[in-house]
Amino acid sequence: MKSASNLEKVLAAGHFAVTAECGPPRGADPEIVRRKAALVKGNVDACNVTDNQTSVVRMSSLAGCMLLREEGLEPLLQMVVRDRNRIALQSDLLGASALGVRNLLCLSGDHQKFGDDPQAKNVFDIDSMQLLDLARTMRDEGVFPSGRKLEGAPQFFIGAAVNPFADPFAIRVPRLKLKIAAGADFVQTQCIYNMEKFKKYMELAWQEGLPEQVHILAGVTPLKSVGMAKFMRRMVAGMDIPEAVVERIGAEPKEKQAAKGIEMCIELIEELKEIKGIAGVHVMAIEWEEKLAEIVGGAGLLPRPVVE
Amino acid sequence: MITGTEKPIEEILAMVEPYQRLILAGCHGCVTVCRVGGAKEVQVLASTLRLAREAAGRPLEIHEVSLERQCDPEYVEKLRGLVGGYQAVLSIACGAGIQFLAEKFPATPLLPGINTGFLGVTVRQGEWSERCQGCGDCILHLTGGICPVTRCAKSLFHGPCGGSVRGSCEVDKEIPCGWQLIIDRLEALGQMENYGRLKPCKGWSSARDGGPRRIIREDML
Ligand code: SF4
Repeated sequence: MKSASNLEKVLAAGHFAVTAECGPPRGADPEIVRRKAALVKGNVDACNVTDNQTSVVRMSSLAGCMLLREEGLEPLLQMVVRDRNRIALQSDLLGASALGVRNLLCLSGDHQKFGDDPQAKNVFDIDSMQLLDLARTMRDEGVFPSGRKLEGAPQFFIGAAVNPFADPFAIRVPRLKLKIAAGADFVQTQCIYNMEKFKKYMELAWQEGLPEQVHILAGVTPLKSVGMAKFMRRMVAGMDIPEAVVERIGAEPKEKQAAKGIEMCIELIEELKEIKGIAGVHVMAIEWEEKLAEIVGGAGLLPRPVVE
Repeated sequence: MITGTEKPIEEILAMVEPYQRLILAGCHGCVTVCRVGGAKEVQVLASTLRLAREAAGRPLEIHEVSLERQCDPEYVEKLRGLVGGYQAVLSIACGAGIQFLAEKFPATPLLPGINTGFLGVTVRQGEWSERCQGCGDCILHLTGGICPVTRCAKSLFHGPCGGSVRGSCEVDKEIPCGWQLIIDRLEALGQMENYGRLKPCKGWSSARDGGPRRIIREDML
């Protein structure tokens, strides 16, 4: 075991894992996090806490993680390299581990131009690949990247995000390989709607034997409406929602679209469970945490296993 | 070359407001090529300022001059006899040129007449684009001759990020994704093995982050 992470234990025991995501509030009110935690608890093995996603300032990811922990949930710390240089990143890794955070997701982060502070300085001292390497070095070798010995190595189950649908497709699998080489123990994928393309990706990954080297958690997001599907397709970079999916939810009357979205999400999870090499799902029910139990339960993934 | 852009005329007028006599200095180097600070621009700006001040009833005397280069002591010295007779120098050279004049003529206020841009190339007549950040540690041989520090909006060493769509950067559809360019070129050159290699964290001390830089060539001193 590389960490004392519940997610790592669940995966190591061969269970199909479930993670979800919590966006911290745009303010200092801890109750908002606690309310979300209550909806997520019991339905997942770990819960991601986003790090100022889309460059919009929110409560810090680490603070959000601690609030989840207080509520008895296992947090997964997302860390982007947009806002902190390597000194701050290392320091926060040490702090997070000291406070008991055991799961880490290393990301680049969206460009600052998308948020409320487009004039902010663009740090990107290191990239997400180098952050994986840095976290792995600190954990496994007990040293700083400078080579100096740590007074206690941080313990993390280390993850990365992958987007099987982004451009250019030719480097999707080499990129996964590189992330594994850099230190990823698990990866969470971008939301999957295009099953055909995703299966192709997995096939290519298998040609390199990659699913044996890393736990792949397939990302899903339930659609609330046909409007949401169209919006995401248009606005979110690297989001691949096939026409057939949009048509299927669009064929329902407005008031039934949300239920349809959940049904489609459950079907998708059922299909993902059958794909060789998929170790779990990452359910991103964006601002729809109250539906998590229905989705995870509907996919036959409840109760979550308890692994000692 | 070093590129630049014009400052709004109102900003320049506000800057020169306290003065009645000044030198307007252009440069025959980069800013001439990118048409923002050469002899011709000196002429145009001088007449615009004169007209505006005349209309305001506060005429401005401008001595027009263009130096071969404002970043070279040899040419800067040519101004020495002149500066004493004027209240300020408005320079439309790059930031280096303007500062060099300030350094050489400590008693004279220096006013920037343009905004200095970036190290770039002329893509076509009227279009310039950034290519280099002068980071002091070139790795272009590994990245297909395309600089990730400059041409990726996040200076990633292992791009592209999730925001790369059909060859465009997430920051702006008009900006090509630097990593798409790198990959296309590595593929064309048969050098994709470079992509699969983990690159160490960049040392930024050779860039501006290490403090103001200088080069000393003992053989030339
Ligand atoms: S889209 Fe391309 S150029 Fe833009 S930040 Fe991402 S990798 Fe860099």
